[in-house]
Amino acid sequence: MYDIKALYEARSVADAIRLLQEHPRAQIIAGGSDVLVQIREGRRAGVELVSIFGIDAMRGVGYDDEGGIRIGSLTSFSHIAASPVIKDKIPVLGEAVSLVGGPQIRNIGTIGGNTCNGVTSADSASTLLAWDAVVELTGPEGVRRLPIRDFYIKAGVVDLKPAELQTAIIIPKVSYEGYFGHYIKYAMREAMDIANLGCSVNVALTDDKKAIRDARIAYGVAGPVPMRAPSAEAAAKGRAVCRETVDAFARAVLCDIHPRDSWRAAKAFREHIAVEMARRALTESIRLAGGVIDE
Amino acid sequence: MYAGQSVKRVDAFDKATGRARYTDDLCDRRAYVARVLHSTIANGRVVSIDTSEAGKLPGVVKILTCFDLKEKHYFPTAGHPWSTDPSHQDVADRLVLTDRVRFWGDDIAAVVAEDEVAAAQALRLIRVEYEEYPFVLDVQKAMEDGAPQLHEEFPNNILKHTQIRIGDYQRAILEPGLTKVEGWYETPVVQHCHIENFICTAEVEGKRIKVVSSTQIPHIVRRIVGQALGVEWGRVRVIKPYIGGGFGNKQDILYEPLCAWLSLQVGGHLVKLDVPREETFICNRTRHSIRNHIVSWVRPDGTYAARKLESFSDQGAYASHGHSICAKGAGAFPQLYPCDNVEVDAYTVFTNKPVAGAMRGYGIPQAMWAVESHTEDVCAAIGADPLAFRRKNLMPVGYVDGFSKNEMYFDSFNQCLDKAMAAIDYERKYRAYQNQTGDVRRGIGVAVFWYNTAVWPISLESSSCRMVLNQDGSFQLQLGETEIGQGADTAFAQMAADVVGVPLEKVHVISCQDTDVTPFGTSAYASRQTYVAGFSIRQTGLMLKERILNYAHELTRMPAFNLDIVDGNIVRVTDGRVLMSLGELAEEALYSLTDSRHITAESTYQIKSNAYSFGCTIAEVEVDIPMCKVKLLNIVNCHDAGRLINPALAEAQVHGGMSMGIGFGMSEKLMFDEKTGRPLNNNLLDYKLPTMLDHPRLMAEFVENYEPTSAFGTKSLGEPPACSAAPAIRNAIYHATGVAVNNAPANPHNLFRAFTEAGLIHDESQGDRNV
Repeated sequence: MYDIKALYEARSVADAIRLLQEHPRAQIIAGGSDVLVQIREGRRAGVELVSIFGIDAMRGVGYDDEGGIRIGSLTSFSHIAASPVIKDKIPVLGEAVSLVGGPQIRNIGTIGGNTCNGVTSADSASTLLAWDAVVELTGPEGVRRLPIRDFYIKAGVVDLKPAELQTAIIIPKVSYEGYFGHYIKYAMREAMDIANLGCSVNVALTDDKKAIRDARIAYGVAGPVPMRAPSAEAAAKGRAVCRETVDAFARAVLCDIHPRDSWRAAKAFREHIAVEMARRALTESIRLAGGVIDE
Repeated sequence: MYAGQSVKRVDAFDKATGRARYTDDLCDRRAYVARVLHSTIANGRVVSIDTSEAGKLPGVVKILTCFDLKEKHYFPTAGHPWSTDPSHQDVADRLVLTDRVRFWGDDIAAVVAEDEVAAAQALRLIRVEYEEYPFVLDVQKAMEDGAPQLHEEFPNNILKHTQIRIGDYQRAILEPGLTKVEGWYETPVVQHCHIENFICTAEVEGKRIKVVSSTQIPHIVRRIVGQALGVEWGRVRVIKPYIGGGFGNKQDILYEPLCAWLSLQVGGHLVKLDVPREETFICNRTRHSIRNHIVSWVRPDGTYAARKLESFSDQGAYASHGHSICAKGAGAFPQLYPCDNVEVDAYTVFTNKPVAGAMRGYGIPQAMWAVESHTEDVCAAIGADPLAFRRKNLMPVGYVDGFSKNEMYFDSFNQCLDKAMAAIDYERKYRAYQNQTGDVRRGIGVAVFWYNTAVWPISLESSSCRMVLNQDGSFQLQLGETEIGQGADTAFAQMAADVVGVPLEKVHVISCQDTDVTPFGTSAYASRQTYVAGFSIRQTGLMLKERILNYAHELTRMPAFNLDIVDGNIVRVTDGRVLMSLGELAEEALYSLTDSRHITAESTYQIKSNAYSFGCTIAEVEVDIPMCKVKLLNIVNCHDAGRLINPALAEAQVHGGMSMGIGFGMSEKLMFDEKTGRPLNNNLLDYKLPTMLDHPRLMAEFVENYEPTSAFGTKSLGEPPACSAAPAIRNAIYHATGVAVNNAPANPHNLFRAFTEAGLIHDESQGDRNV
């Protein structure tokens, strides 16, 4: 039994905006895999809810007019993982969201919920950040687009204005074309767990596969929100595909990340693992891109 | 013969279809919902509780606080048989609600409401004022002079200290040429994590109180609810339906007394107390964290000259099962590797932590973690082969324990080791994994365990059984021994069918215990259900059979001694002729106009024996050193549990125990904030119970030496599977890396520390990745 004051079910995006305007204190609920847990814990007890779960227009994966990949914010993790578009163009995203919780959570949990939570440990977030994703936000003033790195403000807080909802996540063509990536989730269990650290890396190699044209890396749980490691990216960009480059890239992440010291994991431990993850994720990304690292 | 066959569980269809009824299924909708308010300090006193705001909420029926408890009936909680000798009774240190708070989560008030939402809202509005005392979380610090005291009657917080002295340790260590091996080995606080949280309901029926509880021990619940309420025990009726696991947590009285008391405070109305998972972790029972210190003095020939064990067992805030747990491990120490000179000191100590009680293995998983980790350290110190050393020093055939009179009748250890080694290809892997380098290394490790069956001669061992014959020749079987998911009902039906001589489907096991009608028994603990029930089933079955055959004599004029019951028929043994079916006989017996009889049998058997139950685990791991991760590749348990009544259920039992051992060794640990004593990870996300994906295929092997003390040749298998997996994994990691993880679990946090100390991983900011 959940302590819910009221539940308003939106039939369309416009309907949702209207309901959110009418009930300014209401919380948006999509799959509910986080919101219901928070209600049970008492954190959101007595809440008013606007459910957007029935808005099918916000589901599905396809291409937009510019060739970008458009993921409706209500698309479940299971559907993202099974999407031919994702498998073809950005398989790492499917792999990353397949590491969320267990099968039941992946069937109900949505990528919009995963990002709008503003939690640093979200398995989709670091990969979206590493692929320069753009979020589409729809509100009373219309539609606006925002790079996902600007969407995250601080722990648990994202740039959603009153009565605004995230309607899609877009990965522009320039962000995915020619890039190959790998995600590593570091957790204490092989399933049903939250990341102690998540690391998503992708690279574009030169045509001869001998040098790194571009490298991007993002972490979850290395700071209060998902974050990129620009020093590491700079250390790899334009460099030869070799072990030294990989090591320099990996070591450089420590200039960028600020993991917490907590009972969940010590700072020194997280830093050690972060470097090792960067090393392994870049190595695998290079392999996927057709590069060969000379030992 | 059904004993020995993998027949289907008698409850399989009901459980698979959802028809099986559990406590919550038996509770009707008019029930009030009770929730407990727990203290948010670790040590101190409640000064006042303000319920005025909470009490105004719609749906709140009544709020009771520790100050409403007018009669203070202190009660013990351990699910032990009662002792009529006061000096052997469990410590009675609990009240249904307390103003003297001894751990973060102690029970100080309760809300009775019309539904869960109102109850939860009320809990959030209650204001509590405390007087805080200093608290202590560490077991050895709690023993120091000047440490915060939990219970006045136990100076230095020591609940109990026991000693074992064999030979002369101090003199023995003077022998020239000895190698001293010393180590500290610690196990964490873990929780049972049975799938059904503890739940109970209570209501007044006439002049009595009826309690339905998810418990392993209904007759003990009756006694303790009586003690806690200060009423005659016969005025309490306890019903135990199917339960979703217990693993020892439900071998304790949890909230039955509080629920019964709350019902009495609301006019006897039905009250349901369904404990949330977060509270199950900290407000039920946990496994004792035990810190063990072992010193061994080893001769050049690889034998022990002298050994010493010090055990410090963290009891948490209340006595519960108390010293029994630590004492069991301490008692196993001199038996598993017999030595002429042994000193054991075992302490059970109160700390301001959740209450530790019984948990699958009852002290032996902790003891085996220490002893078998240490055995590996001894082998390393003297350059001995871990298998050869164990074979040479383990309890030999013919060993008899003076206290329990348990005898090592068979060569169980060698037989189990041989079978486990063959199953996992030990010899080849052990050689192949020597002296590895590189980031990812493999290892294989072994651990054995000591266990026994039941608790004779420490306490009462009796089993009572009733059989009632029906018109169709089937019969009801009732026992005080309980089905708690382990498959006991199925084993009971198999044994009963064999003794009486009927097809299995003719035995109707009454699974639900009701203390008003179920024969007395102290129920499920100590891995004793099949063993102890076997005696009363055999005795009662023979009585029933004798009555049936005497009646058959009346009907057939054949002498009873020439008759037998075979496959549900009355058979003349001299020529094998079927004279009549048991159904025909039973129908006549109930409806005869000349000699009507209600054929039943009921008897109690007092068991005055116990039995060793031994085995081992071998685990194979792959260690990713830079990632501080261990992958369990293969694991096998081999047990000598005597004859298996149901091999498929035995295998399932072993799988479950191994899983528990894997979590104990690799991932599970309940953590507490050093500054406040608050539990940090009392939920199934942050408490790392392993998932299916963390397990390899679990292999279960058996050696079936027919147990001579047993009514059906069988002995314990409930707890033994949880006892040796963790140290086997620890030893496999040691084999792979040379790093000894002495504080369980071997999770990435502990491995990071251990690998850093061992120089296997370096500070990343310094570069140099090659290790």
